[in-house]
Amino acid sequence: MNSDLIREERHQIEAELLSTVGRRYKKEKLVITVLSLIAIAGIIAWIVQLREGLIVTAMRDYVSWGIYISLLFFFVGISLIGALVSCALRFSGATWRYPLTRIAEAITLSAVFFAGFMPVLDMGRPERLYFLITHGRIQSPILWDIAAIVTYLFGSLIFFYLPLIPDAALMRDRLTNMPAWKRKLYKMMAAGWEGNYLQRKFLNRGIKIMSVVILPVAISVHTVSAWLISMTMRAGWNTSIMGPYFVFGALMAGCAIMIIMMSILRNGYNLQHYLSHTHFSKLAVLLLALTCTYLYFNINKYGVPAYKMQGDEKELLNDLLLGRHAVLFWVTQIFGLIIPIIMLSFQKIRNSIRWVVFVSWLVLICALVNRYIIVIPNMMHPFIPIQGAPAGYATYFPTLIEWLVSAAAMAGFVLVMILLFKAFPIVTIWETEEGVEKAGDEAIGLENMNVKVNVLKNEN
Amino acid sequence: MQEEENTRRSFLKAGLITGAAALAAGVVGCNSDTKTKGALTGKKVPLLDSAGNLIYVDEVHMPVHTNFAGISDEESRKGIPGKKFVMVIDLAKCDGCGKCTKACNKMHYLPPEKEWITVKELQDSPKAAPYFFVKPCFHCDDPPCTKVCPVDATFKREDGIVAIDNNRCIGCRFCMAACPYSVRLFNWDEPVKPNIVEVNAAPENAFQSKKGCVEKCDFCSHMSRKNELPACVTGCPMDAIYFGDENEDAVTNKSGETVVLSQMLEDKAAYRFMEELGTKPRVYYLPPYNRQYPKPEMKNINSESQS
Repeated sequence: MNSDLIREERHQIEAELLSTVGRRYKKEKLVITVLSLIAIAGIIAWIVQLREGLIVTAMRDYVSWGIYISLLFFFVGISLIGALVSCALRFSGATWRYPLTRIAEAITLSAVFFAGFMPVLDMGRPERLYFLITHGRIQSPILWDIAAIVTYLFGSLIFFYLPLIPDAALMRDRLTNMPAWKRKLYKMMAAGWEGNYLQRKFLNRGIKIMSVVILPVAISVHTVSAWLISMTMRAGWNTSIMGPYFVFGALMAGCAIMIIMMSILRNGYNLQHYLSHTHFSKLAVLLLALTCTYLYFNINKYGVPAYKMQGDEKELLNDLLLGRHAVLFWVTQIFGLIIPIIMLSFQKIRNSIRWVVFVSWLVLICALVNRYIIVIPNMMHPFIPIQGAPAGYATYFPTLIEWLVSAAAMAGFVLVMILLFKAFPIVTIWETEEGVEKAGDEAIGLENMNVKVNVLKNEN
Repeated sequence: MQEEENTRRSFLKAGLITGAAALAAGVVGCNSDTKTKGALTGKKVPLLDSAGNLIYVDEVHMPVHTNFAGISDEESRKGIPGKKFVMVIDLAKCDGCGKCTKACNKMHYLPPEKEWITVKELQDSPKAAPYFFVKPCFHCDDPPCTKVCPVDATFKREDGIVAIDNNRCIGCRFCMAACPYSVRLFNWDEPVKPNIVEVNAAPENAFQSKKGCVEKCDFCSHMSRKNELPACVTGCPMDAIYFGDENEDAVTNKSGETVVLSQMLEDKAAYRFMEELGTKPRVYYLPPYNRQYPKPEMKNINSESQS
C-alpha cells in the first residue's frame, strides 16, 4: 500500500525537480544581467591593474595584503560547507540532509574555484604563476595551500559528479526536448547508468569513500590557509589557534551562506516542498552551535593576549578593542556573534525562515568583515613602529579597482552557482527518493507533498 | 683551467689585501675568467698571505679579468666564496642625519620614498633616552623571509647575504609579511629605470627595482665583489657603520678604521635587534652609550603610537 504512494510521490518529485533545469525565470535573468555587468566591470578593473601594476590598489609596503587576501580566506571558508553537509551530517545520520547535498556541493565547488583565483589577482607578476611548478619550494606554505586547494577542487568536482550520475541518467531519459548538445552532455555524464544493483552498489561505495576522504582535505585547505598568516611572526598572527579558528569561522560562514542560498532557491525556483521549515530550523540549530563555538574561539584568540597585554600584541589589541578598528571589531563580535546567538536561542526565531535568513545575513556579512579584521590591522602594527611613511603607506582603504575586482569575484561565485543550478536539478532527485522510501517525508524534511509517505519503524 | 681555479681560490683564501695592492684588488675582486700568462713580467705586486706576512708575487700570477662577462646566475645565488659579511652599527655615533639613506638611494637608483636603509627614532621606554636607529636588511642567518618564498626567489647565500632574484619573484609578498623588521619593499608600479647597463645576474645588480617584484637592501654585494664597502658605510659622515667579513674577524668604516670584530662586539656590549625572534641577524648594534652627538629630543613616542 505504501509502494503506490511512493510511486505517486516519485512522480511528483521527478516532475517538480526536473522542471527547474534549463527553465528561464524572469527574476533570474535580471540577477544574471546585474551580476554579469559587475563581473565585466571587475574584469576591466583587473586589466587596468595588470597594466598599471598594484599601484592602483590601496596596498602599500606596510599593508602589503589587502581585501584580495581577505576574500581568499572568505572563499576558502565558505567552501567548507560541502564537507560539513556531505560528510559530517552524513555520518551523524541526519536524514534531513538529502535535499541539501547538491546545494552545498555547488557552493563548495564555486567557492574553491574563486579561492584559487584570489591569490592570482593579488600577485605582482601573475604571468610567472607557472614558476610555482617549475621552481616550487615545498617548504613554503603557499605550495601547501595550492596543493590543498587543487586537491579540494578536484575532490569537490568528483563529489559533485558522483551523486549527479543517476540524475543525469534521468535527465537523459526524460528531458528529450532539450537541444542536442545538452542531451549529448547528459548522456555522457550519465555514463551508461541504468540503475541496476551493481551500479547502485558501486555508486554508494564511491560516495561513501569520497565523503570520508573529503573531510581531511577540506580541513587541511582551511588550516593551511590559516598557516599562510600564522607561520609569520607578526603580532596577532603568531598564534597556534589560527588553524582551528579559521576552520570554525569557515564552518559558521558556510552554514550561513547555505541558509541564504537555500532561501533564495526556495523562493526563486519554487522549491518550497523540498527546502522546508525543517531544514531551516535544523540548520539554525547548527548555526547556533557554530556561532557559539566561534565566540569561544574569539574569546581565546583575543581575550587571552588582552589579559597579558604583552609588548608587541599590546598595540594591535589597543587598536582592535579601542582604536581605529574598534568599530569594525565590535560590530563583528556583537552583530556577527552575540546577537545571532541570542536570537537563535529562541525556538520561535529558529522556526521562522525569515528570521533564520536574517540572522544568517548578519553572520555572513560579519564573517566577511572579520576576514578584513584578521588581515589588515595586523599589518599596520609591525615590530618596528611606522615612522615617516610616505603618504598613504600607513593606512589602508581599498580603492575602486579593488572593490570592483572583489565584487566581480563575488558575482562570479554566484554566477557559477547559477550555472550549475541551471544545468542540473537543484535537489538530488534519486537521493530524495531513496530518502523518502527509507525514512519517509518528514525525516528528510519534505513538506506539503500531494501524497504523504510515512514510514514507521516497524514497517521497515 | 683547474690550475687557474686553484690560483684564484688560494688567492681568495689569502684574503686581506694591503692598501698598496688596492689597484690589484680592484681587478681581482671581479669574479671572471682569469688567465695566467706564460712569461714573468718581473713586476711584483704586494700581497698579504694567510699568516699576515707581506709577500710579493709576480703580476703574472695575479688573476686578471680579461673578458668581463659579469656574475652568472649561479654565482649570484652562491655568493662570494669564503666570505661571511657582517655589519656593525654604532648607535653612539649615529646622529640621525640620514646620509646613509641618501648614499644608498644614489647607489641603487631609488626614488626618495623608497628606503633600503632607514633611520628611525626609537625610545624603548618613557624615561629612557631616545636614539636614532639605523635599519638596513639584517641578512638573518635564519631568515623568516626565505623560508616562506614559494619559488626560491629570495635565498640565503653562502656569504651570508639574503638576496632577491627579481627575474624569479612572482610578487606574492609573503616574504614581506614574514619579515619582522618591515625591511622589504614592493614595486607597486613601474620604477624609473636609470640609464645604465648591468652585466651581472639580477641579485647583484645595483638597480634591482622591477614592477611587481620585491626588493630590499642587498649589502651592496656588487661592491663587495670589487672589495669595496657598501654605499651606506662610505656615506656615513659619523663613521657609525662598520662592514666586513666575519671570517676575517674585521670590520671597516668610512674613514678606513679597521677593527677586530669580535673585540669590538665584546668590548662595546654589542647586541642584535630583537634577539628573541631567533632570526640571528648579521647586523650588530653598539648601544648608544657615551653619545658623540646631542641626543634626539625626549618625547613619548610609544604612547603616541598607542593612541
